[in-house]
Amino acid sequence: MVNKGNPCLSGRGVTKIFGFGRHKTIAVDHVDFDFHEGEIVSIVGESGSGKTTLAKMLLGLISVTEGEIYFQGKKRDLSSGRKKQEYWRNIQAIFQDPFSSYNIFHKIDSVLLDCIRMRGGGNLPREKKVEMMTEACSFVNLKFAELTNKYPFELSGGQMQRLMIARIFLLKPKILVADEPTSMIDACSRATILDYLMKLRNETGMTLIFITHDIGLAYYVSDTIYIMEHGRFVESGSADDVILYPKHPYTRRLISDVPKIYEEWDLSTV
Amino acid sequence: MQHTLRQVFRSGKFIVGFSILMTILLIVIIYPWVVRHPPLQIIGQGTFFPPGIYVNVYDAIHAPTLYTLNLEDAAANRIGNKLRQEDRVAMKEWLVAFGVPEDEIDIDDTEKLLALWEANYNPDLRLPGMTFARHRYFQRVNASIDGLLSTEPAIIAAPNSETGALEQKALIRQTDYANVDEVANVRILALGTDNFGRDVLTQLVAATAVSLVIGLVAGLIATTIGLTLGLLAGYIGGLVDDVLMFFTNLFTVIPTFVLLILISFSIGQDKRGAITIAMVIGFTSWVWTARAVRSQVLSLRNRDHVNLSKLSGHSVPRIILVDILPYIASYVVMAFILQVSSGILAEAGLSILGLGPRTTETPTLGLMMNWAMIYQAHILGKWWAYLPVLVTIALVSFSMNLMNTGLDQVFNPALRD
Repeated sequence: MVNKGNPCLSGRGVTKIFGFGRHKTIAVDHVDFDFHEGEIVSIVGESGSGKTTLAKMLLGLISVTEGEIYFQGKKRDLSSGRKKQEYWRNIQAIFQDPFSSYNIFHKIDSVLLDCIRMRGGGNLPREKKVEMMTEACSFVNLKFAELTNKYPFELSGGQMQRLMIARIFLLKPKILVADEPTSMIDACSRATILDYLMKLRNETGMTLIFITHDIGLAYYVSDTIYIMEHGRFVESGSADDVILYPKHPYTRRLISDVPKIYEEWDLSTV
Repeated sequence: MQHTLRQVFRSGKFIVGFSILMTILLIVIIYPWVVRHPPLQIIGQGTFFPPGIYVNVYDAIHAPTLYTLNLEDAAANRIGNKLRQEDRVAMKEWLVAFGVPEDEIDIDDTEKLLALWEANYNPDLRLPGMTFARHRYFQRVNASIDGLLSTEPAIIAAPNSETGALEQKALIRQTDYANVDEVANVRILALGTDNFGRDVLTQLVAATAVSLVIGLVAGLIATTIGLTLGLLAGYIGGLVDDVLMFFTNLFTVIPTFVLLILISFSIGQDKRGAITIAMVIGFTSWVWTARAVRSQVLSLRNRDHVNLSKLSGHSVPRIILVDILPYIASYVVMAFILQVSSGILAEAGLSILGLGPRTTETPTLGLMMNWAMIYQAHILGKWWAYLPVLVTIALVSFSMNLMNTGLDQVFNPALRD
């Protein structure tokens, strides 16, 4: 158990409703949370439980219907483009599907160059930029010389996702929202991606908000776990508390749904 | 980009459509360089001269050399030109009705038939039971075969400037020929003349050029408006979307063609130039492009690459131009091609109703149809006044639709063979 730092991202009564009237869908229903600095937080839930919607609200990509999100103790203000840009200097994301995370018409260099520009290095000489990009790529065991001038479709899924981590390495945000970063990757690459994420987190000390449907994975990586069902947090606490002594039936079901190698898989709960 | 182009040019349908359109374009560009006649000059005195090569008779007679060619079938051709098979049958019918025994008449022996006719026919005699029209027909046949078997040369005579009496200048024998190359004035009217006596082919080429420009301008305007509104409504959403879609829906509900007719009519004949018409068409046909682009953008704006671009701090215009537009570019190109094609058709439709560009300056495909219709070319059987125009309109829009289908197959993998 790490010592909890100051809360860097908190929410009170955060709600997202899509549609109106009879077609109303409550994706996220009055959730409260406190994510602390340097913590690894996992938000676990099945498909459709509102995890990704919550992640997008945290990122400020979609508006919050009701409730407030506090960033570093202050109410988050995204009213202008400039304020949004400032906010996004501090919070970044890795998305689920690496194949759709890139603009297919642009060479991958542009993604990394954008990061350098965002960190205020837009006017650096070309050599310096190449050096920074090479460093970022070698952090995730990619060779920049092999990747430069290539289009996204020429890369494998694992390479693309590693490049996304390289992007975070360049940006060094305070908070990283990783929305199921390994679910589209095969099992072998999955471990590598997780390793790089942990390594990056250890080096930069950033807060990692990990969104996953895999409770085993969440237990493996996180300090704190939030269990989400139908837009609500049904249980939260330190990873050990939640996994080893689950209180809510939904949590127990999630845990029993994890396939185990030496046991009969209990399918009765599905 | 290069890759896409290579893929596009591997599609058979696209290549066929593209070739047809390029051929039409080349003809439109090259023809005025070769044939430098003004397209709307009235050259014919009279309406609807049939297609053919027109040789100046005066110049033919005065050709520098007249050649003698002894051709065996010359006499037969000359007779055949004036006395067709149905005329011979009719002559036999008259003679039989007059009382000549039927077995005495051999319609294939021209000399005997004419002798019998000469001996018996009386232009003033109207046989019982014969309609007046039929009676006049026989008078016309009689006039046309007058002197048919003559082998005498034709005499060219000119009046003497002092006495006024005709003097023989030259003899034109039946075996005299003039070389067309040596005749000073020969005009090829490949598609004849129209109701005003204007060269249809030259006019058609000029009209195609104007119609293509009208289609292009209308297509550009419609696509630009539709694209801009669609992108803004789709990407920005919210109130902007509501307002823009309100206007788009208004335009959807009003039948475009009716609107087009009303606007064209209210502009007035004097102010309706080709470009004005193109603009009116453009400003009334952007609706479905806007709707289609909007729905495409709606599905694109929540993609991860757009989110990533936002997180990278890019501005809204940059995201629209760089992260959205390229993804719908193929669709926009296809929509543009269809807009050009429908712009040409809309102009033709307007002009047929008499609401096209004013008629004094430029011909358009629609105007040519309008003129042909007003002067009843279709009733009179003057096919050259309207059929080539129809074929051109059909070819232009066919080629564009074919290109569109080809592009669709390239960009939409589900449609690939």
